[in-house]
Amino acid sequence: MATSVLEHRAPAVPHAYPKYGIWSWITTVDHKRIGILYGATAFLFFLMGGIEALIMRLQLIGPNGKLVDPDTFNALFTMHGTTMIFLGVMPLSAMFFNYFIPLQIGARDVAFPRLNAFSYWVFLLGGLFINFSFVVGAPPNGGWFGYANLTSSRIIGATAAAPSPGMNIDFWVIGLQILGIASIAAALNFFVTIINMRAPGMKMLRMPMFVWMSLVVQVLLLLAFPVITVALVMLMMDRNFGTSFFMPDGGGDPIMWQHLFWIFGHPEVYILILPAFGITSEILPVFSRKPLFGYTAMVFSGVFIGFVGFGVWSHHMFSTGMGPFADTFFSLTTMVIAIPTGVKIFNWIGTVWGGSIRFTTAMCMALAMVGLFIVGGLSGVMHASPPADLQQTDTYFIVAHFHYVLFGGAIFGLTGGAYYWWPKMFGRMLDEGLGKAHFWLMFIGMNATFFPMHILGLNGMPRRVYTYPAGLGFEFWNKFETIAAFLLAFSFLIFIVNIIKTWFGPANAPADPWHGATLEWSIPSPPQEFNFPKLPLVGSSMPQWDARRAAGGHLPEPVKVSGDDIPMPNPSYWPLLAAVGVNLTLGSLLFVRIWPHWWQMMIASALFMITSVYKWAFEPPH
Amino acid sequence: MAEAATAHAPMSAADEHHWTSTGLDSRKIAIWAFIGSECLFFASLISTYLVYKGKSLVGPLPHAESQCMLHGKMQACEGVFETPLVTLGTAILLFSSLFVVMALYHAQHDNRKKLIGWLSATVMCGVFFVSMQVYEFTHFYHKGMGYSTNLFSTTFFTLTGFHGSHVTLGVLWLSTVLILAIRGKLPPEKSLNLELAALYWHFVDVVWIVIFPVVYLMR
Repeated sequence: MATSVLEHRAPAVPHAYPKYGIWSWITTVDHKRIGILYGATAFLFFLMGGIEALIMRLQLIGPNGKLVDPDTFNALFTMHGTTMIFLGVMPLSAMFFNYFIPLQIGARDVAFPRLNAFSYWVFLLGGLFINFSFVVGAPPNGGWFGYANLTSSRIIGATAAAPSPGMNIDFWVIGLQILGIASIAAALNFFVTIINMRAPGMKMLRMPMFVWMSLVVQVLLLLAFPVITVALVMLMMDRNFGTSFFMPDGGGDPIMWQHLFWIFGHPEVYILILPAFGITSEILPVFSRKPLFGYTAMVFSGVFIGFVGFGVWSHHMFSTGMGPFADTFFSLTTMVIAIPTGVKIFNWIGTVWGGSIRFTTAMCMALAMVGLFIVGGLSGVMHASPPADLQQTDTYFIVAHFHYVLFGGAIFGLTGGAYYWWPKMFGRMLDEGLGKAHFWLMFIGMNATFFPMHILGLNGMPRRVYTYPAGLGFEFWNKFETIAAFLLAFSFLIFIVNIIKTWFGPANAPADPWHGATLEWSIPSPPQEFNFPKLPLVGSSMPQWDARRAAGGHLPEPVKVSGDDIPMPNPSYWPLLAAVGVNLTLGSLLFVRIWPHWWQMMIASALFMITSVYKWAFEPPH
Repeated sequence: MAEAATAHAPMSAADEHHWTSTGLDSRKIAIWAFIGSECLFFASLISTYLVYKGKSLVGPLPHAESQCMLHGKMQACEGVFETPLVTLGTAILLFSSLFVVMALYHAQHDNRKKLIGWLSATVMCGVFFVSMQVYEFTHFYHKGMGYSTNLFSTTFFTLTGFHGSHVTLGVLWLSTVLILAIRGKLPPEKSLNLELAALYWHFVDVVWIVIFPVVYLMR
C-alpha cells in the first residue's frame, strides 16, 4: 500500500474541516472515531450473527424441526461462523486496538491515520459484500472452514452433480479476500504504531498488557492472513478457471486445503482470544487495586502462545488419518500451549488474590472470562489427544468447547472492555444496575446454552445437522439450550437499553472513574482530538498510579486545552475511494462464470483503485 | 518517573510531531513488517508447488519428456523449461538490486544525474524481467501448457505469476520515484521515498533467488 508521503506541501490557506456531521465521519482519520465506527459496525454484524444462531436454535428445539430447510441451515451455520469471527469478534477487537492502543502508549494517533480509515472502509464494504449474498439468494453454505470438494463448482469424477455450482461460495471466497486486505492493512498499522509511537520512556516492558497482547495479535495477523489468501486464491481458481489445486480428478489433494486453512485457522483463534486476554489483564488489576501479578511472565506467555500457535494446526485434522508421527507431534504441541495459558490463568488469580476487589460489571465480566475460559481450555486439552478427538470430532462437544473459549473467553472479555472503557470513549458511565443484570443473564444464559452441548456431543449428536429424529435422547437438552439461547440474546437487549439510557443521560464521567493505572485515564473523557497536549513522560508500567501516589492520592481533573498549535492529520476521502476500488476489483471476480465482460469491469475497477491510491499518496497529510 | 524526566528534555511541539520511539521513520518499519507478511505469502505458494511436484497426471513436465494432449491427441512432448533464458533474466534481476543501491547512494548524496541514471537502469531491468516472463508464458501456452493443463502448470503459473505481478508493482513504484527524481522532487532529505521502494525491490529479488533454484534447477 503506497502510504508513502511522497511530498510535503504546506497548504497555503489552513483548511477548515467539518467537525460534525456525516461528511466528518466519512473523511475522518482520527483513530478514536474510526474505533467507534469499527465498534458500531461490528456490533450490528454481531447481532446479525446472533439472530442466525437463534434461528438455528429454533430449528433444533425439537426433533424433526421444519422451520428451515437443510440448505438454509447450511447457510445459517456458515454465515453464523463467518460473521462472528470475521465481522464480529475481530472488528470488535479492532475497535479497542484503534481507540486504546494510541491512548495507552501515549500517542496522538496511529502511525498511518489514512491507512487506518482505509482498513475500516474495506472491512465495512467486505462485510456488506458477504452479506449481500442473502439478498441475491445465494448465501455461502460450505461451513466457515470451506472444506474443499464441498466448495467445488464442477463435477468431481463420477459424481452426478457439482457440490456448489452457484455463487454462494464465490461470495465467501471473495469476501474473505477483501476482509483479509482490511486485516493486513490494520495489522501493519498497529504493529508500527506499537513499535514506533510509544511516548518517551514507555519501554517495551512498560507497555500495558493490552498493548502487548495486541502486538502479538498484529504479528499473528501479518503472518497468518497471507496463507489464507493463497488458499482462497487457489480455491477461486479451482472454481472459476478449471484448475485442480484441491480436485482429486486432476491430481490435487483436498487435504491440502485443510492444511493451508488451518495454518491460518489456528493462529486465528489466538487472534480472537488474545485481545480479550489483554483486556482482562487491564481490568483485574484496576478493580483489585493491585499491580498485575507476574507482568513479565504474562508478556512472555502471550508471546509464547502466539509462537507455538503456528505449530498446532493439524490438531484440527486428526480424523483425516495423518499417521502416528504427525498425530503425536501435533498432540504434544497442542498440550504445550496449555502451559503458557495456565501461567496466565494463575497470574490472573494471583492478581486478584488478596486485593481489595470492587465488583463492577467490568470486573464481573473479566472474572467470568477467566472461569469460562478454564472450562473451554480443559475441553481443549481433552481433544488434544487424538483418540479422544476421534470420538469428539464433528460432535456438539466441539461446539461446546469453542463457544466456551470464544463466547466465554472472547465475548466476555470484550464486553468487559466495553463496560470498562465506555466512560473514556463517550464521557458517560454505563448504568451499573443494568450492567449487573446484563452480566448475570449473560453468564447464566451462556452456561445454560453451551454446557449441555458437552453432554449432547458425548452422547453422539453430530454438528451441522439440520435436525434429528426423536428417541435418541437429544430432545431435552436441545429444548433447554434453545430457551437458554433466548435468555442469552435477551441479556444483550439489556445492554442495548443500557447504551440508549446512557446516551440520553448526562455526560457524567470523570477522566479517571475507576482509578486506572494506564495513560488513557490521565486525559479528559472523551479525549480531545489530539489526545495528549504534551506527550507524556513514562517512568513505569503504571504511570497513572505513580502520578496519583505522587499527588497524595487525589488527582485534579485534567483541563481541556485548545490545541490549535498541534498538527493533526487532515481528513481524506481517498481511503474510502481506494476501499471502494478494492471491493469492485475483487468483486468483479464474482462474475467470471456468468458474465463474459467481467475482466473489463476488473480492469476499470483496478484503474480506479490505483488512481485513488496515487491521489492518496500525493495528498499532503497535514 | 524522575529518571525518565531527566533522560528526556522537554520537547518542542515540532519535535513531538516527529517523535518516534525507535528514531526510525514509521514507513520503514511498516515496509519491513509488510515484507515479513509477504514471506508467508510466497512460502505458501512455494510449499504448494513442492507438495504437488511430480504429481501431475499428464504432461508437459518441467524437464522430463512426457505424454501431452496436443492438437486433440496424446503425444510425446519434451520438457518445457528454457533455463538459459530464465538464467539471463535472473542475472538481470539480481543486477537491478545493485543498481537500485547505487541509485539510493546518489539520492542520498544529492547527485541527481547519477540517481536518474541508476534508477532508470533498475527500472529497465525490471521491465526486461517482466517481458522475459511474458515471452516465457506465451511460449509455454503455444507448447500446449495452459493454466489448468496439469498440477505442474497450475502451481508454476500461480507461483511465478504472483512473483511477476510483484515485479510489475515494483516497476510501477520505482517509475513513480524516477519521475519524482526527474522533476527534482527527490532531494536527499526525501531519499527515504526511494529507500522504501528499494527495500521492496530487494525483497522481490530475494524471493526469486529462492524460486529460481526450486522451480528451474531442482529436478
